[in-house]
Amino acid sequence: MTVGQSLGTIGRYVFVGFVLAFFALPLLWLVTAPFDRAPSLTVSVPEFTMQNFRTMIDNPYALRSLWNSVLIAFGTTAIVLALAALSSYALSRVRIPGRDTLLYLLLLLSSIVTGTAAMVPTFLLIFELGLIDRQLGVVLVMAGGLLPTAIFILKDFMDSTPRSYEESARVYGASSLQVLRHVVIPIARPGLATIAVWAVVQVWGNFLVPYILLRSPDKQPAAVTMFTFYTEGGQPNLALISTFSLLFSIPVVAMYLFVNRRYGFRFHGGIKR
Amino acid sequence: MTTVPSLSEPQPAGSSDPERSRRRRLSDDGDAAGLGRVRAVAFVAPSLVLIAIFLVFPAIWTLYLGLTNWRLTGLAAAEPEFVGTQNYIDALTDPAFGRSLLLTVVFVFFSAIIGQSILGFALAWAGRGLRRGLRTVVETTVLLAWIIPASVVAFLWLALLDRRNGTLNALLGTDGFAWLLEYPMQSIIVFNIWNGTAFSMLLFSSALASVPPSQFETARMAGAGTFATLRDVVLPNIRGHILTNTLLITLWTFNVFAPYLITAGGPEGRTEIIGVYIYRVALRDGALAEGAAISLIMILINLVIASLYLRLLRERKP
Repeated sequence: MTVGQSLGTIGRYVFVGFVLAFFALPLLWLVTAPFDRAPSLTVSVPEFTMQNFRTMIDNPYALRSLWNSVLIAFGTTAIVLALAALSSYALSRVRIPGRDTLLYLLLLLSSIVTGTAAMVPTFLLIFELGLIDRQLGVVLVMAGGLLPTAIFILKDFMDSTPRSYEESARVYGASSLQVLRHVVIPIARPGLATIAVWAVVQVWGNFLVPYILLRSPDKQPAAVTMFTFYTEGGQPNLALISTFSLLFSIPVVAMYLFVNRRYGFRFHGGIKR
Repeated sequence: MTTVPSLSEPQPAGSSDPERSRRRRLSDDGDAAGLGRVRAVAFVAPSLVLIAIFLVFPAIWTLYLGLTNWRLTGLAAAEPEFVGTQNYIDALTDPAFGRSLLLTVVFVFFSAIIGQSILGFALAWAGRGLRRGLRTVVETTVLLAWIIPASVVAFLWLALLDRRNGTLNALLGTDGFAWLLEYPMQSIIVFNIWNGTAFSMLLFSSALASVPPSQFETARMAGAGTFATLRDVVLPNIRGHILTNTLLITLWTFNVFAPYLITAGGPEGRTEIIGVYIYRVALRDGALAEGAAISLIMILINLVIASLYLRLLRERKP
């Protein structure tokens, strides 16, 4: 090893060390504060306690909002999965006129009509439909936004599944929906799992859509409720916020790690927006 | 069951040769499930309806809304009037809009194009030489910053930068320094780099993995240094990836709303990037029609960036 090379190696480790510190520093609080007897904003070695979790469970809005997040996330994901499976299958197997243009248009649309850019017309549409302060409105808006990408990715999966099984199923007299349910879906399961996790993660972390479409505190999901945890003195209630943040983050991190381990990280031109 | 109904030109079945040849073409297309066009359209329709109502309609409607004096309450709510291009003129001539657009350009340029791209590439490049275990730790930490919900991440940064008890002040010995008041734009730029670098890192990792090892070997044999290797071997190979990465992160960063959770656009509008600006004008101050006009402008800017990206994607496909 030459001097230059060893300097290069040292430089590399110093760089990685700094970057690791930069990325880890803000995250440390999430690990220490929830277990601290007197949580402050400073990261410190906690005086261990589980009392903060008690505080969180006793708060009337904490678990309620997590449950709302579950409802909204699973509602949206169910719609996205069902509709995207149907359409991606049909688009993969039958050449409907203008299919490729349609797919490109969908992808284009979903990347330009974002929640931020379209917040005004979306809010007004939901207002006119009388869906303000109803979780159904949030679910429909989110599903509409996620569907194009879901169809685009799933069609790729459908394209790569073998067609011979479908032919034999048809020979035995199965209907199209039966073929889809009993033959295609089991084969396309990895694709469906990826889309499901992706959709749940997108909805779970979304702040803006429920923030502008919901009014009542008891309907808000966790992403919005988090910012209402203040003490009587107007200070953030850290015992509550820290434990709540941890509980709120764990599901997406776990799901992400699960998919990553099971199917590997796949690149779909921006699976996380 | 097996006949394929034709939607475009109704003809008596099996009457002529073109009909038969088209049927053969359809089966060549792999319609193994015997779905047929009618059922295929029925399968696609529910998705299209949902997308049409909640994605396409708002985008088009915003054009019309921007031409009226729409409000949620009061007279204009009952019967919105057509006011022509007034809202667009108001929006474009409002100095606050120009300022917000400028802030957005600064934000996108420094946090995405400079920050995320360079840090992401540097991480991908440095990661190649690391031991597997260390590399996993680094990558997982960077990824966590990306996948943890925005609300949590925003609060983590509020805690980090807090004036009285923030960890950063404790580390630097700068007790009482108000980062979010003194350097608000710099703070959200660093925050966004922290939040989004994972994507660039992952994309460049896979790009670097696709560079033929023999080319690195040749560069090494020729005695090329790191800089020469990057310029002559890596850059020509990953030019497409760089473009893809730049366009995608530009589009996403242009549309982020998370900084709102840290600074809410303040102090004195110094971090009011375009998304936060629309929120303030339309939903907080209630000027919905003007907000719709700005929404349309934002959608059009998105359209420009996205079309560039899709053109790129299309060119590389064949």
